[in-house]
Amino acid sequence: MNLRHTTAGFLGALALLGAASASAQTISRGEVIASTCYTCHGTHGVSPSTIPSIDYIPAARIVETLKAYKAGTRYSTIMGRHASAYTDEEIVEAANHLASLPKKGK
Amino acid sequence: MSRISRRDFVKLIGAGGALSAFGLTGCETVPQSASPAPAKAAPRVVVIGGGFGGATCAKYLRLYDAGLDVTLVEQNASYVTCPGSNWVLGGMRTLDDLTQSYSALRDRHGVNVVIDRVVGVDPAKRVVALASGKSLAYDRLVMSPGIDFRWGQIEGYDEAATQIMPHAWKAGPQTVLLHKQLLAMPDGGTFLMAPPPMPFRCPPGPPERASMVAHYLKTHKAKSKILILDAKENFSKQALFMQAWDQLYPGMIEWVPASAGGKIVRADARSRTVFTGNGDTHKADVINIIPAQQAPKLAVDTGLANETGWCPVNQLTFESTRVPNVHVIGDASIAGALPKSGHTANNIGKMTAAAIVSLFRGVPTPTPSHVNTCYSLVGPEYGISIAGVYRLGEDGMLQGVKGAGGLSPADATAQQRSQEAGYAQGWHKSIVADSFG
Repeated sequence: MNLRHTTAGFLGALALLGAASASAQTISRGEVIASTCYTCHGTHGVSPSTIPSIDYIPAARIVETLKAYKAGTRYSTIMGRHASAYTDEEIVEAANHLASLPKKGK
Repeated sequence: MSRISRRDFVKLIGAGGALSAFGLTGCETVPQSASPAPAKAAPRVVVIGGGFGGATCAKYLRLYDAGLDVTLVEQNASYVTCPGSNWVLGGMRTLDDLTQSYSALRDRHGVNVVIDRVVGVDPAKRVVALASGKSLAYDRLVMSPGIDFRWGQIEGYDEAATQIMPHAWKAGPQTVLLHKQLLAMPDGGTFLMAPPPMPFRCPPGPPERASMVAHYLKTHKAKSKILILDAKENFSKQALFMQAWDQLYPGMIEWVPASAGGKIVRADARSRTVFTGNGDTHKADVINIIPAQQAPKLAVDTGLANETGWCPVNQLTFESTRVPNVHVIGDASIAGALPKSGHTANNIGKMTAAAIVSLFRGVPTPTPSHVNTCYSLVGPEYGISIAGVYRLGEDGMLQGVKGAGGLSPADATAQQRSQEAGYAQGWHKSIVADSFG
């Protein structure tokens, strides 16, 4: 590892970080709702368990799937009970946030 | 943050996700100038208590804003999860399986982890005093202290008595003690359990425990009985549990509500006997009394608890309504309709992290949306659940969203029960990773 090179990169990142922290940044409703998915589906949607990962799913498919859970047209043990709490708009916002995350796969 | 040590440097690089997320938005706004901005101290958050609430809050504070100086203070070097501790009694897990370290919070997320005991908080000076003699200054304090027991409600049941009649309601040595007693119990013996009055940590915990004990007894000591003397008139997921008990453990579990002789008023540890309000006397081979609960002494001493013994909080930010700049999260808080569970502590930790970051930035706090999911194992292949989504209600308190959440269906197939048993165990692995990993 080239420490000098990495340090330069780090300081650059820190400058960006400082600027980002200083600028007004609101945390969106989609991000907050998505964060509640992570308790079961893993931080940022990458699951360590038998509960599926959701980080790799395109936004349109997340929306379609959650709406089907909500409507009761797709089988689930528990997702129907969760999905029915959200408006269609909230589902789209959460799906867009999930889809915007860096893909880590599983 | 005026001085960056190599250690901090490694920590920051470790928080790669957060850095890259900020980098994307930062690119457009950062002037391409080499002159650094005037040094400004990073906002300091001290989090007291490394359970699901505190660990999650510390981690998500750093995920939301890697510029924050976050310190987690916890008195134990490792944490044994209460969720899953009933499974130890059923022989499905060991205590080691449930034990978490704080190394990922420290090494991956850049949280300063301090293993020490908090002896006091001075909210006026914004300082936390530690048993080691050190102190920690904060801009905002998050207290996630869990629960303490309300001694004196049952005559003769005090801390000394828990060494003979364990509560096992904080996972660790008490879990081991209760498990040993169960293993030593004779076939044909009685396991007596006494659930506490509401509100208490993990409402479906007592019936799940009875189920796991029944699973062990059915397999190893089939002539034994379980007697539940309840301080309440009903219990969580009652119909589902009772339906499952009839199917899996017929005739083994007897449940007595408070009004029918379930309320214990006195206990004698030496003779392993309890006495109920209606004059009944019960001797048993193993007695598991779960005492009534309240917010811990530290929260009370800091002035955070009200006359109920729990801590009222702003339902958006979980900032105490009694002491400014102190947020109370997890079991100790009064969180509207949210049950006291590991899952809600995890969600409250995230919502509070988002609120604190927003308060520091001077931007509107996001509207919180909480989820609860409580799985219970009735048998190794038989799981049931209750779920809910919670939002701010018209009364200013968090309320369950109508038309959502609820219980596993009463008419679920054996395959569905088996799927939920699998998800119960998956849930444990996932929430542990999301909170501590």
